[in-house]
Amino acid sequence: MTTTENAAAGPTDPDAAEIPKISFDTDPASYKHWTLDLDGAAETGVAYLRLDIDETAGLVPGYELKMNSYDLGVDIELYDATQRLRFEHPEVRAVVVTSGKDRNFCAGANIRMLAQSSHPWKVNFCKFTNETRNGIEDATTSSGQTYIAAVNGTAAGGGYELALACEQILLIDDNSSAVSLPEVPLLGVLPGTGGLTRVIDKRKVRKDRADVFATKSEGIRGRQAVEWKLVDETVPKRAWDETVRERAAEAAARSSRPAGARGITLPPLQREETDDGITYRHVSAAFDRAQGLVEITVHGPSGGVPESLERVHELGADFWPLAMTRELDDLILRLRANELELGTWIIRTKGDVEDALAFERIIAEHSGDDWLVNEIRHYFKRVLKRLDVTSRSLIALIEPGSCFAGALLELALACDRQYMLDGTLDEEAGEQGDEAQIVLSESNFGAFPMGNGLPRLASRFYGDDDHVAKLRQEVGRRISAREAMDLGLVTDAPDDIDWDDEIRIMLEERASLSPDALTGMEANHRFVGPETMESRIFSRLTAWQNWIFVRPNASGPEGALRKYGTGRKADFDRRRV
Amino acid sequence: MSIDYTEKIPNNVDLAGDRKLQRALESWQPNFLNWWKTMGPAVPTQDVYLRTAVDVGREGWAQFGHVAMEEYRWGVFLAERGDDRRIAFGEQKGEPVWQQVPGEYRADLQRLIVIQGDTEPASVEQQRRLGETAPSLYDLRNLFQVNVEEGRHLWAMVYLLHAYFGRNGREEAEALLHRNSGDLDSPRILGAFNEETPDWLSFFMFTYFTDRDGKYQLGTLKESAFDPLSRTCEFMLKEEAHHMFVGTTGVDRVVARTAELMREHDTDDVGPHGGIPLDVIQRYINFHYSVSLDLFGSEQSTNAANYFTAGLKGRWQEERRRDDHVLTEDSAYVDLVKDGEITTNEVPALLALNHDLRNEYVKDCQSGMKRWNRVLENAGVDRTLTLPHVGFNRDVGLFADQYVSPSGQLMTKEQWEAKKDSWLPSEVDKTHVRSLMRPVYEPGKIAGWIAPPSNGINGQPFDYEYVHLA
Ligand SMILES: [Fe+2]
Ligand SMILES: [Fe+2]
Repeated sequence: MTTTENAAAGPTDPDAAEIPKISFDTDPASYKHWTLDLDGAAETGVAYLRLDIDETAGLVPGYELKMNSYDLGVDIELYDATQRLRFEHPEVRAVVVTSGKDRNFCAGANIRMLAQSSHPWKVNFCKFTNETRNGIEDATTSSGQTYIAAVNGTAAGGGYELALACEQILLIDDNSSAVSLPEVPLLGVLPGTGGLTRVIDKRKVRKDRADVFATKSEGIRGRQAVEWKLVDETVPKRAWDETVRERAAEAAARSSRPAGARGITLPPLQREETDDGITYRHVSAAFDRAQGLVEITVHGPSGGVPESLERVHELGADFWPLAMTRELDDLILRLRANELELGTWIIRTKGDVEDALAFERIIAEHSGDDWLVNEIRHYFKRVLKRLDVTSRSLIALIEPGSCFAGALLELALACDRQYMLDGTLDEEAGEQGDEAQIVLSESNFGAFPMGNGLPRLASRFYGDDDHVAKLRQEVGRRISAREAMDLGLVTDAPDDIDWDDEIRIMLEERASLSPDALTGMEANHRFVGPETMESRIFSRLTAWQNWIFVRPNASGPEGALRKYGTGRKADFDRRRV
Repeated sequence: MSIDYTEKIPNNVDLAGDRKLQRALESWQPNFLNWWKTMGPAVPTQDVYLRTAVDVGREGWAQFGHVAMEEYRWGVFLAERGDDRRIAFGEQKGEPVWQQVPGEYRADLQRLIVIQGDTEPASVEQQRRLGETAPSLYDLRNLFQVNVEEGRHLWAMVYLLHAYFGRNGREEAEALLHRNSGDLDSPRILGAFNEETPDWLSFFMFTYFTDRDGKYQLGTLKESAFDPLSRTCEFMLKEEAHHMFVGTTGVDRVVARTAELMREHDTDDVGPHGGIPLDVIQRYINFHYSVSLDLFGSEQSTNAANYFTAGLKGRWQEERRRDDHVLTEDSAYVDLVKDGEITTNEVPALLALNHDLRNEYVKDCQSGMKRWNRVLENAGVDRTLTLPHVGFNRDVGLFADQYVSPSGQLMTKEQWEAKKDSWLPSEVDKTHVRSLMRPVYEPGKIAGWIAPPSNGINGQPFDYEYVHLA
């Protein structure tokens, strides 16, 4: 394609590049870059995820995905695979991530792709890949699906970071395959998909060694890689397949997954898209481009509470909590990737509080004993975490007819602000009658922790355990606007006379503020208290990476990202900042 | 609590049909009345011959009659305007004006309204005890007229806060009643509004110079892209003109009486004869003029520039100006003290908007001097009153740290302090003026330091019983 040459030669400004519309729909039959190998999984409990990237099948024109280097398209497939493994394949207890290419595990994110991408694209891409890698770790810890990296060739940069997300790393010992993080020495950026963090936090590599490793472009192989804890073991070529199989079998044997479980199918999402919004069965989004906002409504269940676990399995992807979560997940991803100028997300719920709570009770009661229910809980947890790291202003509007109860209340708590209508709006008074109410459930106290390890309520009232304890006594009670205000659960509770004005002015005021400052402010406020590896990846690594991305030393015409592969050296501004 | 709104609160803002306003006023109005009783005029009266605005039209805006002051019908009025008003200046010039507060400018607009609103009740508080020493019933009535209208101006600003600024606006409206002039814990926002108006000469000076500042501030807000603010201010300007009339004619009459006494006794020193010497009048002018100049803020102001660019606050007579009304390319000259000299400095026009407004004000004040000097001339007195230099006695802006004489000479602090008592009212002056302040409550009678007015109110004679004291 001619565009490749243009991209290589041209000094085009990446931030001027148009961002293509992205879809996150895929399924194993359509994968271009991965194969999900389930042969024998029923007996062994082991699945193989093989990365064999189609060079010519980049998501957008302008680069070739050489040496198993990836772009967002590759990661969209990986995300799909991890989700399907959890929902469609409960029999899988260990997942081997390996390469379908000889001597080349994965070279990380494609540099040409990064060089030609706009800043928002790079940031979004990194965020999504980070979330997928966190999801891989979540599969290992929460659903007994242990990921093992079988590094059968060189793993550089994002390739090694993918391995780092796995529970174990096996490295082929062929005297040439190495693991490396060459971003700093070669590209002038960071291994931003968790690399720097996981090396020290998870692999517990000493910091001076981590420093040597992260500045050594050729990486480290063989015995030293094991000694430095960069990999768990190295395996000679001839024993490779056998050892990988053994390690996978050992991991499978430790799994908590039930025997004989049957997966459910995740069919394509039903979605109607127009210029003005996206509508799913349970979730809808209306765009207001003039105001730069999107109104998201999550519809609660309407009756039909399954009477048994069997029925839940029968419903599968139609079971409301799962169906709603999938749609919300898809919506968040699409809005983040495709609607950059819709800077404020208004989140509402609509539905019956009792029904919402009835569904939630099933989740709460069975997430310990049923694999599917457990998966749904953790999936909803991950989607809430996506909201937590979404760089948009999130505003919950709690109005009559809403069902912010229990798990759904987490949506409001994830928002930067919560406004609850005290009373009813005139014109609706006749029909709706009831005033808005919210309900706390046990699940607000731990079922859906944030990236910092704390429940949203504990984050909200950080340092005030007494208040959290007091709130616990409110579980199950319908809480009115005034009470919610007194309990600190909402930001404000304007009455019907004030509601429209207060909300309008607040939204307009927000829309007038600097989007960058808002993103930074919100990210700071959302994560209070302790750090975890996960929160550090988003707060520290990502923040630094995004700063580096906008610096001329990386992205300027003379910067390392743009100069990479041109045969010329980057011209750095030598001043330390 | 049920109120017949149109009867109790004359208005043209559909109060009867606006629940939001009604609710807000229901809790505010009793507090306002309470404030009026405790902080309003101290002299007890049965009723006062007052002008009440019951409509914006020619007939409605000035209805006269004796009313008990606490039953004064404070109304809410917006000047009538066409529907297609456009923003006249700034970045959004040419776009339709706003009928709602854009969220982006909420904080700025609210601030502007609160500052304006704060001055209105402040002057009532400052003038609270003046009635005890009124030189005539006519003057007493004028004082009360000014007071009730300042009260109405407070209502006007409160209306805007209630109608357009949500809960936050209600809180600010409440706070307008809780700050009090001269209160140590919770003073009025602007310094000049925390000084008591101690005597009637000060009152006339205040209504001449300080109300005139109000006129110019309202004039800039009248240009605002926020239409309700614009229309409110336009209506207020009508009343403000009458306050200035009280000041202008008040000083007229003091000057006339002084001239009369000067001729009668053939001396400049009319003090012993129960008059106010011209020098003292000049020092009062120096004082009130200079502190009023401070109200215009810093000559160079980025706030004013931002307000202009955003369309919140225009220039005086914005629409009559012949320029692009955007001013991004223009420059202006502002005063500057440099190397021991007062000179001027070229700055971007946007930064010099306060200076521009102040200059308009200065020109306007000059006309008062002319008028009073004509009074002197007609009386055959060969003396003149003058405005001091703009740098004289300033606490705000470019001259804040300078010592400038009334004639515009830069000097040292010591030099300035040494002459201070000949430039600003001295203790002796104030004591003398205060000694003249004796109430005259008999219809048709007047104190000896001031001449009677040439006309009464609304065609009534001077000896009309304008006020029935309790
Ligand atoms: Fe006023
Ligand atoms: Fe006034």
